Amino acid sequence: MSAVLKRRFREQIMVMFGREPKKPVVIAPEAQKIHLYKRGNRDLIAEKLHARAHAEHKNTWRNRRWATLLIVNLLFTLSFFLDIQILEGALTASRFIGFHLIDLNSALQVMLAHKHIINNLLIGTGTVLVLWILLGGRTFCSWVCPYHLLAEWAERLHVYLVKKKLVTDQTIDRRLRSVFWLIFAVLAVATGYTVFEAISPTGILSRALIYGPGVALLWVLALLVFEVFFSKRAWCRYACPIGLTYGVVGIISPLRIKYTLDGCFHEGDCRKVCLVPHVLDTVIKGRAVDTIVPIGPDCTRCGLCVDTCPTGSLKFEVKGLSKLL
Amino acid sequence: MSDKDQPPGDSGTPEASPKMVGAGGTAAAGGKPPVSKERRLQARRRVLRTILLTGGVMGAALSGFLPLAYAQKQRLRPPGALDEKDFLASCIKCGQCVQVCPVAAIKLADLVDGFGVGTPYIDARSQACDFSCDAVQCILACPTGSLTYHKPEFLPVRAGAALAAKPILLAKEKDAEPTLNMAERIGVARLTRPDACLAIQGKGFKGQARGAGFKGRMRYMSVDRWKPIKISAHPYDVAECDLCVRECPVKGAITIETVFAPDGSKRKSPVVHEPCVGCGVCEMICPVEPAAIEVVPREVWKT
Repeated sequence: MSAVLKRRFREQIMVMFGREPKKPVVIAPEAQKIHLYKRGNRDLIAEKLHARAHAEHKNTWRNRRWATLLIVNLLFTLSFFLDIQILEGALTASRFIGFHLIDLNSALQVMLAHKHIINNLLIGTGTVLVLWILLGGRTFCSWVCPYHLLAEWAERLHVYLVKKKLVTDQTIDRRLRSVFWLIFAVLAVATGYTVFEAISPTGILSRALIYGPGVALLWVLALLVFEVFFSKRAWCRYACPIGLTYGVVGIISPLRIKYTLDGCFHEGDCRKVCLVPHVLDTVIKGRAVDTIVPIGPDCTRCGLCVDTCPTGSLKFEVKGLSKLL
Repeated sequence: MSDKDQPPGDSGTPEASPKMVGAGGTAAAGGKPPVSKERRLQARRRVLRTILLTGGVMGAALSGFLPLAYAQKQRLRPPGALDEKDFLASCIKCGQCVQVCPVAAIKLADLVDGFGVGTPYIDARSQACDFSCDAVQCILACPTGSLTYHKPEFLPVRAGAALAAKPILLAKEKDAEPTLNMAERIGVARLTRPDACLAIQGKGFKGQARGAGFKGRMRYMSVDRWKPIKISAHPYDVAECDLCVRECPVKGAITIETVFAPDGSKRKSPVVHEPCVGCGVCEMICPVEPAAIEVVPREVWKT
């Protein structure tokens, strides 16, 4: 990895914790050349308008992702409902054909509250840790978390209302998520109770899907209403500690989105569909520090930008493996 | 930092884009432009919204403390449960204990129940644990040790909570290993309404113990060892009611004994003994309404 990318790598970790992305200080010479070439290039603008007029929107990755999310959650439900015992438990902790799987954030909460770790907990957490390191950390959010799917639909409604000028997206300081993470960790240690689990929409929804609905769903509904009428994707963006936990795991993940500067027209469509547009600051004109820039750890690998990009400048990549292929 | 991160900002019209770059260059040369009143106001509103969301989430999180506030309102937890505070600390709320129970005795608490969203409990009156699984599979299923065979050393055992000996399960009394792997009781049965008890009144009982509509199930060794059936499908006809003793799954936990009433007359009465683990079968099967015998959750054995 070059020095400019290393610098960006470190900066993106800070961005995940809530810092706003800044304009780059150093840009690799090759990237500078491309930036210069693109500046005021009439041919490029004409080409861009042409591409835009002929772009057809795909939903390939979104459909794959929704299918995965539904299958995983359905597998939980059916395992209990039909007693097929493939995936027993809920998202917080489960057994996949007997193997323990334990959600990293829930495990962390329990360890902090109980201050004692038994073997099964360790095994389950370890397995899941390796799994999500390989699969990309926050991949959990967009590919598994049932709240994410509901929030995506709520987001659609929100975007529609914004278009009708009925609501506006009220942004919130992203550092809040790190603060929440800390508060809930401290609360777990201090009170000896897994406080976050009581309000985690992921856990509540997962259990509701498997064991039947309860009053706790009202809290999930309240969050969705807040997101529709007030602040776009507020829970996932500004509050959820699960996302941050998995984000940290994603720092060293080989699976990520790769940005290629060369063909990009900088329309910014990708940033409009992105849950975490701060990771896509690199697509803003003149911001890319190198010709190829991997997207940071806060990215949920949802693939919406890959679907949206008319030029194929954003692609899924497996570090190391892509070189081999 | 003051640069507001608005998605439309970078998707300007083709003419505007190059101009933006040029403008950015001149602004950088002339130092930071002063922050407009509008921007300042926006920033302030954003801080207020941040505080609002913080307050909202933390307020909701307070509901998480209800179980601690309701600590007096004890619930029967599944077998092998740690003491309430440790149980709340360690339960990951996955419901794997719910999934393995053959009689579906374990349920998950809801927000309004006030003893931990998603934590398992047993409502003995509607469905008690009768150890139909022959072991204590819920303990085996627990991934965090909230339900445990062996308490870790650093957790104290309350006096009277420990069972004097491993309880013998009557259903497998003739097996090579007749005991249940339980070290502590989850409660103790008590004759809370002796006046209502049919045995004390010297009455018998005929019919379905809990009526035709009762959904509770139990394993009857005389019917099928591996298939629990509805209690309503197993009517009784006894000259002197002893249903609680008859159906108690644990050996020596309860007997019918002759006692003397305050007026000196001889009476029959169920008497609970030390091996009682607090499973609640007696409470479920008791044919009077409300039950004459009940399990007191978390209760210890007092000699």
